[in-house]
Amino acid sequence: MNTELSIPELQQIARKLRRNIVTMIANASSGHPGGSLSAVEILTTLYFRILQHDPANPHWPDRDRFILSKGHASPVLYATLAETGYFPVEELMTFRKIGSRLQGHTDHNIPGVEMSAGSLGQGLSFSIGCALAARLDKKPYRVYALLGDGECEEGQVWEAAMAAVHFKLDNLVAIVDRNGLQIDGWTKDIMNLEPFPEKWRASGWHVIDIDGHDFTQLFEAFEHAKTVKRQPTVIIARTIKGKGVSFMENNVDFHGKAPNPAQLEIALKELA
Amino acid sequence: MAKTASLREAYGKTLVELGKENPNIVVLDADLSHSTMTYYFASQFPDRFFNCGIAEQNLMGISAGLAASGKIPVASTFSVFAPGRCFDQIRVSIAHQHLNVKIVATHGGITVGEDGTSHQAIEDLSLVCSLVGMTVIVPCDAIETAQAVRAAVSYKGPVYIRLCRPEMPIVNDENYRFVIGKATQMRQGNHITIIAMGLMVAPALEASDRLRLDGINCRVLNMSTLQPIDAQAIVHAAAETGGIVTVEEHLEHGGLGSIVAQVVARTRPVPIEFVALKGYAESGKPAELLEKYGLNAKNIERAVRSVLLRKAT
Repeated sequence: MNTELSIPELQQIARKLRRNIVTMIANASSGHPGGSLSAVEILTTLYFRILQHDPANPHWPDRDRFILSKGHASPVLYATLAETGYFPVEELMTFRKIGSRLQGHTDHNIPGVEMSAGSLGQGLSFSIGCALAARLDKKPYRVYALLGDGECEEGQVWEAAMAAVHFKLDNLVAIVDRNGLQIDGWTKDIMNLEPFPEKWRASGWHVIDIDGHDFTQLFEAFEHAKTVKRQPTVIIARTIKGKGVSFMENNVDFHGKAPNPAQLEIALKELA
Repeated sequence: MAKTASLREAYGKTLVELGKENPNIVVLDADLSHSTMTYYFASQFPDRFFNCGIAEQNLMGISAGLAASGKIPVASTFSVFAPGRCFDQIRVSIAHQHLNVKIVATHGGITVGEDGTSHQAIEDLSLVCSLVGMTVIVPCDAIETAQAVRAAVSYKGPVYIRLCRPEMPIVNDENYRFVIGKATQMRQGNHITIIAMGLMVAPALEASDRLRLDGINCRVLNMSTLQPIDAQAIVHAAAETGGIVTVEEHLEHGGLGSIVAQVVARTRPVPIEFVALKGYAESGKPAELLEKYGLNAKNIERAVRSVLLRKAT
């Protein structure tokens, strides 16, 4: 893909993705809007500006890998994959319905989905495997893993954080959707992650701390990560859970709750 | 006394042969490479060996990513840690995606010995057999181990191989050919069938040979593939011998006995006795533990006689 879309064009795509996310979740009457909406700019930047990928050939061996470790944010991945042409946009209306490919949490049988996820903490390890394979095969592809901040409470994330540094994986980029909320409340109240950037830095990662809704910062961070050698990069993307829908923003109730029809109508008006 | 050999040695050496034949084979370990014997591969192919340190969850996740990228990862640790320490990673990252990961777990069962209960895997087979699409193999000697590792690498899909720590008598000859999903008849017989696996095949043969002196002809099956089970061999055994004894170095529920009983109940109900562990063991020498916890020829004989009594009534 890698087309040179302008920032207004990317913003327009992001608004469309948000409309599709809330609509598919409302249509399913279940799903996770909060952590999907917070990651929209991250996925838009990746799929429309950064990733070398081919929606017509999802198994292209040299494709860059995007691994969604926070599998409950499946709506943002499905909406993005549909928008880029991996499957029809209309299929989003089958999300979470019986007989659908679009499972509640990401499923590897869906074109463009690299890994089944949903049990948190597993995606970074999987990404290390992909990055090691690229090195063994002397292939240029890069591996991007998106983690939730609450997800970083899982011990496996730090096993993987150690290993990625030990193996000097400069073809691996982790992005943490740092929206500050998890199901039971603010991460600082449930299980404080701070000092968060320092933890990654102390583990040996190159840390880039940015506004995760700012396309310029996101693009520059991904481009800068390509120049970092012999260590992995983590982008801490500061985001707002539920971003773009006023009553969902920073509202933990919408971590895993669908909007009702009246709420959907308001949300779509705001995202028009 | 039959010649004995280490299953782990056979595994380590076979990995080196496979490494020479196929550049896509990569090996991973979790700080136990000198016990699992993956260090043979590590010293020959350092670029294709990844020591993940003491982090079994990460070990399985990295293996999954390598498999998804076209490699054939062979991941080793002790069977108490895989699946015990990383069951969800094996379930979600490997089994659900039917990824081509080979888990070779050594030090299975109570014969890890002196290390005691925390290190004695007696539930591992129950756990891995609960995973959809997971092939589960428990070789009985060094010859079968070498062939099972080769077969696992040739097969596309997730495989769990459980090896034991002690050296085992060689019960197969050099002409033996292991096939995934096929039981091997080690003794002919029509009075009863003893179905054993792994380290319990040798005592099953010993019991069978002693019972033969009393005119009791036991069929002995080496059920080295636990999943998918060789249902046909079990149905034939039930139909032709009318009674079964299962023998395993594992808890009574969830392993060989449970799987055989399910096949028998569904097809050809006959009396079955289960020689297996009833609970946790303790520290001790492997031979002492097998004796104390009833995993020996004497107890197999007792189970055979019990089934024969039930058959007669």
